[in-house]
Amino acid sequence: MAEANNPLAQFVIQPLIPIKLGELDASFTNSSLFMVLTVVAATTLMVLAVRPRAAVPGRWQLLAELSYEFIAKMVSDNIGKEGKPYFSFIFTIFMFVLFGNFLGMLPYSFTFTSHIAVTLTMALVIFLLVTVIAFVKHGMHFFSFFLPAGVPIFLAPLMIAIEVISYFTRPFSLSIRLFANMMAGHTLLKVVGGFVFPLGLLGIVPVAGLVAITGLEFLIAFLQAYIFTILTCIYINDAINLH
Amino acid sequence: MPQLDLAGFPSQIIWLVITFVILWLLMAKIALPRVGLVLEERQKKIDENLDLAENLRDEAQGALDAYEKSIADAKDNARGSVTEAVRQMSDSAQARHAEKSEELAAEIKEAEARIDAAKQEAISGLQEAAATVASSAAEKLIGASLPSDAVRQAVNTAMKERST
Repeated sequence: MAEANNPLAQFVIQPLIPIKLGELDASFTNSSLFMVLTVVAATTLMVLAVRPRAAVPGRWQLLAELSYEFIAKMVSDNIGKEGKPYFSFIFTIFMFVLFGNFLGMLPYSFTFTSHIAVTLTMALVIFLLVTVIAFVKHGMHFFSFFLPAGVPIFLAPLMIAIEVISYFTRPFSLSIRLFANMMAGHTLLKVVGGFVFPLGLLGIVPVAGLVAITGLEFLIAFLQAYIFTILTCIYINDAINLH
Repeated sequence: MPQLDLAGFPSQIIWLVITFVILWLLMAKIALPRVGLVLEERQKKIDENLDLAENLRDEAQGALDAYEKSIADAKDNARGSVTEAVRQMSDSAQARHAEKSEELAAEIKEAEARIDAAKQEAISGLQEAAATVASSAAEKLIGASLPSDAVRQAVNTAMKERST
């Protein structure tokens, strides 16, 4: 009973199919299940919904096209023409996070984006990718990124320190923003939900609050996917154009 | 906090990589090219239709221009022929006016001549009658017949005196 009412119980990873890779635990868990569902849902939307190839799209086809154009515009606005090779990667990030967040809104589901292991892995991969792109494009010239042009020379030590720190904190801010938002929202829903039955008839008050918070959570689910994706775009742009 | 349980990390990361790569492949190889193609086709169709509409509009504009030009030409023509007709009619009216006035003048002259002749005739008839009346009156009064030439002479002189 105490375990069921714990607001953090919803984040527990439960192995569904135990798999061992040598010493490594690679079990198929509730988290893995929702990752697979995310792949299925996103693929269904992007492939099946577009199957009619109608000149005048239906609702689902329109949704798929809007997602495509949304990310395509984001990439061209933030990176420009050179962003084209990264479009599929950025689009996949957006779909993965968005569907992860939205599927997590279903009752009794699991939100894999509320885990730091997942968001930090994604953020580190993006960080490494961006750094590799920058080195391939600019070689040693990449280090000029840490000293913006036009800074007085006596400020250089300070500026370089600030820029280096802000560069290396990127993966952490990127991952913690997403994980903390998702976790906080779901915890809040659970905590407020816990007030409903003990309050009896007055329970209507937290229920009203829950309805409002649920609406807010849907907004945040989209917004965080958007922020995660647009920051990825901005980082890649920095790597290609060095400020 | 279950998020900080390091025991759950490997399986999460492994499955994240597996599912993310699968989704990436599905999007990059299948979904995105298809959606892109659909959007491209639609854009092409829209562009084609716009081009067609523009051509048709140009054509219509051309037809309108030609129509307006022919209207303007027809108006010019009509104005020209109206002026021409007016000119011709006034010419012929003038000509006929001149002709008629000549005719009338001739007629007036002729009539005047006729009137003059009739007047002369009436006057001479009157002289004749006056002479006859005068000679017969003298015959009754004096019982002798006067020579007709002398009587006519006397009447003529008297009438001339009266008329002046």
